[in-house]
Amino acid sequence: MLPYRIPLNDWITAAVNFLEEKLGVVFDLFSVIIYFLVDNLKDGMLFFHPLILIVLIAGITFYLAGWKNALVAFLGLILTENIGLWEAFIETLALVLTAEILIIAAGFPIGIWAARSDRVNSVIRPILDFMQTMPAFVYLIPAVMFFGLGLVPGVVATFVFAMPPLIRLTSLGIRQVPKELIEAADAFGATDMQKLIKVQVPVAKATILAGVNQSIMLGLSMVVIAAMIGAGGLGEDVLRGIQRLNVGQGFEAGLVVVILAIILDRITSSFDSKKA
Amino acid sequence: MEDKIVIRNLSKVFGKNPKMALEALKNGKSKDEILNEQKQTIGVHDVNFTVKKSEIFVLMGLSGSGKSTLQRLINRLHTPSTGEIVIDGIDITKLNPHELRVFRRKHFCGMVFQNFAILPHRTVLENVEFGLELQGVEKDIREQKSLEVIKSVGLDGNEDSYPSQLSGGMQQRVGLARGLAVDADILLMDEAFSALDPLIRRQMQDELLELQEKMQKTIVFVTHDLDEAFRLGNRIAIMKDGRIVQIGSAEEIISKPADDYVKAFVENMNRSAILTAGAIMLPPEETALSGDGPRTIMRKIRKKGLAGILMTDTKKRVKGYIKADRLAAYIKENQSKENIPFDENLVEEAASVNEDTPLTDVINSYTEHEYGPVAVVDSDNRLKGVIVRGAVIAALSEDHIETAE
Ligand SMILES: Nc1ncnc2c1ncn2[C@@H]1O[C@H](COP(=O)(O)OP(=O)(O)OP(=O)(O)O)[C@@H](O)[C@H]1O
Ligand SMILES: [Mg+2]
Repeated sequence: MLPYRIPLNDWITAAVNFLEEKLGVVFDLFSVIIYFLVDNLKDGMLFFHPLILIVLIAGITFYLAGWKNALVAFLGLILTENIGLWEAFIETLALVLTAEILIIAAGFPIGIWAARSDRVNSVIRPILDFMQTMPAFVYLIPAVMFFGLGLVPGVVATFVFAMPPLIRLTSLGIRQVPKELIEAADAFGATDMQKLIKVQVPVAKATILAGVNQSIMLGLSMVVIAAMIGAGGLGEDVLRGIQRLNVGQGFEAGLVVVILAIILDRITSSFDSKKA
Repeated sequence: MEDKIVIRNLSKVFGKNPKMALEALKNGKSKDEILNEQKQTIGVHDVNFTVKKSEIFVLMGLSGSGKSTLQRLINRLHTPSTGEIVIDGIDITKLNPHELRVFRRKHFCGMVFQNFAILPHRTVLENVEFGLELQGVEKDIREQKSLEVIKSVGLDGNEDSYPSQLSGGMQQRVGLARGLAVDADILLMDEAFSALDPLIRRQMQDELLELQEKMQKTIVFVTHDLDEAFRLGNRIAIMKDGRIVQIGSAEEIISKPADDYVKAFVENMNRSAILTAGAIMLPPEETALSGDGPRTIMRKIRKKGLAGILMTDTKKRVKGYIKADRLAAYIKENQSKENIPFDENLVEEAASVNEDTPLTDVINSYTEHEYGPVAVVDSDNRLKGVIVRGAVIAALSEDHIETAE
């Protein structure tokens, strides 16, 4: 139609190169942090004999979520080890936990900020809405552009994809704290920090934890998809099963993802009901 | 008594341009007109009053009349549009945020709210410690202080309960204790007992009065219930559309309502519990004196055309009541005598009450004695006034109340 092709490709490459040049240090720092967290978490967990870790996880599940869930966790993990997916399981867990640590470190303060300022909230809200309507795959593209292939872009994509619910629910939870509770604290001469720590966050705890739970579950789904860009873990086994049309292999890996999802969900959704 | 809180020309407009709204008010626009034309709400308008040290000052009025807004201006949870709020000699409208925080910690026992507003994740003890904790008081000191206060509001044994485990009345005790635990002397209570059922509410009112006897805080209490206002308030300010229309004691408000708005309020309440004997008594009439002869006494009775007369000694101490018919019969019996001696048997017991006896008890007293007026006496049994029978009923019926001009 047009006499020439719009050089979108070149423009974007130029933009990415520009950003890489200017923000290279930041990206490098990000990589270092992610490697540090993933490696340590993974090595730490692999240090134990699988059985010890299985009993430990089942124990935690029992304490927080009752014996039925603990039994599911125990049997599921035994199966995982038995079919040879233990290491992939640990790798995926390390990726999810790393992403979640970063999500909490960034999302929680942003959520508080959005709760305290209507202006910030009105800027962030549409961005979050936009982020949540985008398909998960889309997040892989910029991640790959800036970080290449491998584990780091996988975690970065997960971080961006799974952060919105935590921000949203942190902000919501704090905004929902009854006005009188804030007035009561103000009337005693509380500082903003005291109000935040002693009133707003504890009262909003259930909602904030629901945000943590949601972001972990989203994060898990993303980590599996991120295997497409070489993030490793269970996603890789699923992918390999699909590519080789090996239904059995794909199914096994998929089942272990489900087991991990159940364990993470039961543990994180029980945080709140457990403590008073 | 010492002035604790002095409010001068205080106004609060919720909106973007308070000046414009206040100007419009000056030009005679009403609150509703300003809301319609300017989208601004008049919260409080040109209010002046003084709260004395250790009194319970009640803010009373219909929903939306500005009670809560006025109360929140006193500790500057709302920033005033114009006017002064002087507490212990300091105009708090001039304080910066840091100074204000320090001031609140030193002078205010926080607030007590209708829906309690205690922290759900904290135990009773931790809730009561809250104010002290914010002030940075050490753990063992604040715990000791809090346990004392918990005891004084009757919550001992519940220190480790969570709010969800407590009844409404008990939760409100926690709210009250939280305020009383800090070492300050102004307590603000906003509809504090309105969410409680009537019996518990009554009980809490009594307990507050009892505590106040000991603690002597300066309390600003918001309510829309006139009964509650009269029970608790040393003085009551009645608000309408952001203004105070009348300030006074319960009796002043009942006997001289400032306008029809106040009158309408007053008519709705059970006045017998509020009005006292002193408010409706008449000056004492002539009495029979000890030493008067029967004929002299009879003359005094005839003069007024009464059915009897109170008898006092020379120091005005009430001795009893003499019925006209019995006295007449006695005189007839002894007609022949030139000087009839007075017979002490003629003196019957008189109904007597004190000046501050509520009308309900006055009624009891005069139904026990089916004759004569009720004598109002002081602690020394000296006659201060009398209540004639019709007066009590008249006082309780609405017609009695005249609007002061
Ligand atoms: N934060 C606010 N912003 C805007 N308008 C307000 C605000 N707070 C109160 N108002 C308005 O100010 C007026 C007085 O309200 P206020 O809450 O003081 O009344 P109140 O006498 O305490 O009533 P209630 O018995 O219902 O508690 C009302 O018209 C109310 O709508
Ligand atoms: Mg109110």
